Amino acid sequence: MRVPLSWLREYVDLPAGETGRDVAERLVRAGLEVETVEQIGTDLKGPLVVGQVLSIEELSGFKKPIRHCFVNVGDANGTGEPQEIVCGATNFAVGDKVVVVLPGAVLPGPFPIAARKTYGRTSAGMICSARELGMGDDHNGIIVLPPEYEPGTDAIELLQLVDEVLDIAVTPDRGYCLSMRGVAREAAAAYGLPLADPALLDVPPANSYGYLVKVADPAGCDRFVARTVVGLDPAAKSPIWLQRRLQKSGIRPISLAVDITNYVMLEVGQPLHAYDKQRVDGPILVRRAEEGETLTTLDGVERKLSAEDLLICDNSGPIGLAGVMGGASTEILDPAAGPGTTEVIIEAAHFDPVAIARGAKRHKLPSEASKRFERGVDPEAARAAAQRAVDLLVLIAGGTAEAGVTDIAAPHPVRTITIAADLPDRVAGTGYGRETVTRRLQEIGCSVAGADILEVTPPTWRPDLTDPYDLAEEVIRLEGYDNVPSRMPTVPPGSGLTEAQRIHRRTGVALAGAGYVEVNTYPFLGQAAFEALGLEPEDRRRRTVKLVNPLNDEEPELRTTLLPGLLGALRRNVGRGNTDLAVFETGTVFLPKDELSVAPRPAVDRRPSDEELAALDAALPDQPRRIAVALTGERLPSGWWGKGAPAGWADAVEAGRTVARAAGVELTVRQGQLAPWHPGRCAELLVAGTDRVVGHAGELHPRVVKALGLPARTSAMEIDLDLLTADGAERVSGPVVSGFPVATQDVALIVDAAVPAAEVEAALRSGAGELLEAIRLFDVFTGEQVGEGKKSLAYALRFRATDRTLTADEASAAREAAVAEAVARTGAVLRGA
Amino acid sequence: MSAPNKSYDPVEVEALKPEAVEQARDEAVAAFAAATTLDELKQAKVAHTGDRSALSLANREIGALPPHAKAAAGKLIGQARGAVNQALAKRQAELEAERDARVLVEEAVDVTLPYDRTPRGARHPLTTMAERIEDTFVAMGYQVAEGPEVEAEWLNFDALNLGPDHPARSMQDTFFVQAPDGSADSGVVLRTQTSPVQARTLLDREPPVYVICPGRVYRTDELDATHTPVFRQVEGLAVDEGITFADLKGTIEQLVSTLIGDGLELRWRPSYFPFTEPSAEIDLQCFVCRGESVGDPDRPCRTCSSEGWIELGGCGVVNPRVLVACGVDPNRYSGFAFGLGLERILMNRHNVADMRDMVEGDIRFTLPFGMEI
Repeated sequence: MRVPLSWLREYVDLPAGETGRDVAERLVRAGLEVETVEQIGTDLKGPLVVGQVLSIEELSGFKKPIRHCFVNVGDANGTGEPQEIVCGATNFAVGDKVVVVLPGAVLPGPFPIAARKTYGRTSAGMICSARELGMGDDHNGIIVLPPEYEPGTDAIELLQLVDEVLDIAVTPDRGYCLSMRGVAREAAAAYGLPLADPALLDVPPANSYGYLVKVADPAGCDRFVARTVVGLDPAAKSPIWLQRRLQKSGIRPISLAVDITNYVMLEVGQPLHAYDKQRVDGPILVRRAEEGETLTTLDGVERKLSAEDLLICDNSGPIGLAGVMGGASTEILDPAAGPGTTEVIIEAAHFDPVAIARGAKRHKLPSEASKRFERGVDPEAARAAAQRAVDLLVLIAGGTAEAGVTDIAAPHPVRTITIAADLPDRVAGTGYGRETVTRRLQEIGCSVAGADILEVTPPTWRPDLTDPYDLAEEVIRLEGYDNVPSRMPTVPPGSGLTEAQRIHRRTGVALAGAGYVEVNTYPFLGQAAFEALGLEPEDRRRRTVKLVNPLNDEEPELRTTLLPGLLGALRRNVGRGNTDLAVFETGTVFLPKDELSVAPRPAVDRRPSDEELAALDAALPDQPRRIAVALTGERLPSGWWGKGAPAGWADAVEAGRTVARAAGVELTVRQGQLAPWHPGRCAELLVAGTDRVVGHAGELHPRVVKALGLPARTSAMEIDLDLLTADGAERVSGPVVSGFPVATQDVALIVDAAVPAAEVEAALRSGAGELLEAIRLFDVFTGEQVGEGKKSLAYALRFRATDRTLTADEASAAREAAVAEAVARTGAVLRGA
Repeated sequence: MSAPNKSYDPVEVEALKPEAVEQARDEAVAAFAAATTLDELKQAKVAHTGDRSALSLANREIGALPPHAKAAAGKLIGQARGAVNQALAKRQAELEAERDARVLVEEAVDVTLPYDRTPRGARHPLTTMAERIEDTFVAMGYQVAEGPEVEAEWLNFDALNLGPDHPARSMQDTFFVQAPDGSADSGVVLRTQTSPVQARTLLDREPPVYVICPGRVYRTDELDATHTPVFRQVEGLAVDEGITFADLKGTIEQLVSTLIGDGLELRWRPSYFPFTEPSAEIDLQCFVCRGESVGDPDRPCRTCSSEGWIELGGCGVVNPRVLVACGVDPNRYSGFAFGLGLERILMNRHNVADMRDMVEGDIRFTLPFGMEI
């Protein structure tokens, strides 16, 4: 809602020096979201005056028509002589009154005006268009003023070119503030000043000889006021003041009748519609549409109607989409294109907010009218609004108001709210007292009765006030949030973060500590992402949650793996010249349940039953938390200290171990095969001692790397954190730290190349028994010496006892037992034996 | 060596004459002093303290002396040797110190050499910002609650007093999830706010409830410098006996003081949210211009767009209808709730000009934020 300050002052006698910003600050603190205060005409400087065109000479030989004019500007140019002006517009004639800017003036831009030679003539000023004066976008030539103004009259004042406009974002509960009346009421309350209510008009009572209207759907339309005005001058135009107010409010002037309906809507908040009475065929009927009916609306679009649409009809059928948009067949006629409209019917109706909201949504027609009806219009303003429109038509277009007054009103029960007088005190945590509460409620238009318990009748323009808390809010906001004291609640002792929350943090910290940088990517993707990953058509990860209205039609699904987003981030970084990269992401993936269902919509007047709550959750996909890494380039850079190391499959696997360690879970690694990983370089990650696979790690398949445009050997890891930590973190048991000396023995074993090192190590561990303190693989060797298809694994074994110094024999015996177990389990051969 | 001889006077033994002993001593001391390297000193040591040195030879003669003369001669030699050894040790220490000093100089390195051998990592500042806020509330006794991002419409809207035709439902541009039949009537959405976690918490637990709910939320905004369709909120909820708007104010002031610091004014602007009543928007005085850029075209402030205020988030007293829908007795309990947009706080607290930097995953953006924020 755009509110010109000059207009607002008509209803509230604001202090003279109060600027738009001052008023905005007060309104903001009262709860109106003033987004901007626009300064209009601040950079405008006169002389800008009314001129009368005395002569026009059409110049030829130029690419466009050019006129050389003499214009009477009265004494405004100091000489009283006609002003010589060259003009490129053609929409005026000798004798027309126009707006002239004289040398020395500055137009918005700023554009300083000076006398200059142009098209071979002197131009001492300019004849102005609306756009040049900052009045709007209309650039259909220059402004032609009504004939009554004297040449030389100051046009800055005449055209009200200097003003301030408050742009207010009206929240859905404050429909009444989509009007000057409503904003003025708030301003009056904020300043403690009286309000001149524009809806307080003398209105003749309803009678039986008004235009015939029948309401077949009183639930959809509980008020219909119709008035008729005849004998209008079809050529009458909107006066400047009216046009200017509309322009400043962001509405383009169209024709007198339409401008007046718009003006009254802005003024009192009641959307009006004007019909050309002679084009309406018989009585008006308000009803719901029949399936298949059509209506051509004012914008020339033929619309298929649905049975829910609320219609205004005549004998010919639909003539308007109630509260949303009028029909083309009864539109006010443009006098330039024909005879023009001389008789109008003014409709001021009240429609059901839900019906209008749905209709506007269904036809994608959010109009000024529907915006107001959706948020609630004052049903009692209909008669005054119609009267105001009638008055203006009579005044400006010389019409005659017909005596008939149609007013169909479904009975409205009086809504009374019972509120304890101290409820605002209890909600705010302060003491306003009953008198303040009563006064504030009266200020917003409520009638209030009672003492400790108040019986409050809200005003008709506040349909949002329905329960005691609504009233408490009004009191508290008008008294000012700044005046509510501050206090800290007494919070019962808490137990800190949960174990799962701690693990989430630790895993992130661990990966960042290991050199990974966290990224957050969008979870949107399309099947193309799965193609690129090389997933089989029946791969479960292709079963996704799909969006009805994705931002990007190529990515209408939600991720079932973090990898597409993460690899995308990796590629973006590579593209930006970061070559050595290690990134990680943690977040949820979305896995549709086996049994798909629709979520119910339980009632809200009670707690849903446990069954209903279970049904809600059953309709949601599983949303486990994952953590993933991707890396490429050098993991350890080369430098003056020597050679570095490239990032590879082992780093990805180690990232999995890092996550598991941070989560307090031991991981088992075994050879795996899963897209998008390299079939020979893919590790399956399991919780140790279980067969629960929690993730995969390794080098990506070369085809995937190519498809995604990633550097060769890009590696990645993804773990399901929820699965990983399903058993909770193991509580560490303090080890016995032996003070006895260590005995170190090395052993090299030759095994088949296909034997996993993890199995050899497990065998050594189990064979060595309790004396083994640590085992470390320090070399892997393949080559002629060990034979084709074989590899040599060299381990350092550290033995130590907790209660004695080990003898060389004891250590050797443990080593031999270890080797024996490895031989037995893996077919290993002791190297050098 | 002479054989024991009782027939002649010991003074006759040339080597044991005091003058000879003194001379040998002085020569040794002088030789040590003259040594300029440890090698020279070693040679001097052999020459003057070795088996064939004058003092060693003299010492051997003592055995041949008559018993009565042995003590005096022993004392003479012992003192001389003591002096020699002392001189040797002193010089040894001096020369070793010189050598050490020289070697350490030779071993000097350029300690300014860069050492970017271990890769540096970092956590995303939105993650650590959420944790910082969580920690502030956990310290007050709150618990951290979480909920699903794909959420039932009922929990995202209806339970929060946003009925199907509520005009506020169109304020939030919602991603709808396809129903099994491919239609839009799944009753499931991408949550537009973290508020459904409030509802879940109230459905789950008996008051008193004090929770903080961080999480990702979704709205159908195109990505630009100040909007992202996927963003983060932190929502707080307190439901207890006697909770008031004053408690909300105190809590938010405490948070701002912890998160941003003291000395900046807060503006409490009445607003509208269906799930709170009264509702407020909280504005923080712009910490860059402190409001001085307002109406001054010569001093535009980029941080607050010369508005003087920065929006922190929305809050209010929990609408009793929400309590009812979640099975909480509104006659006994009341509550407050607030929601903060993390991106905006990050932009303001850390001078981030463009929201796209937070979502594109460029490591150059994230690295400087390190492990904590």
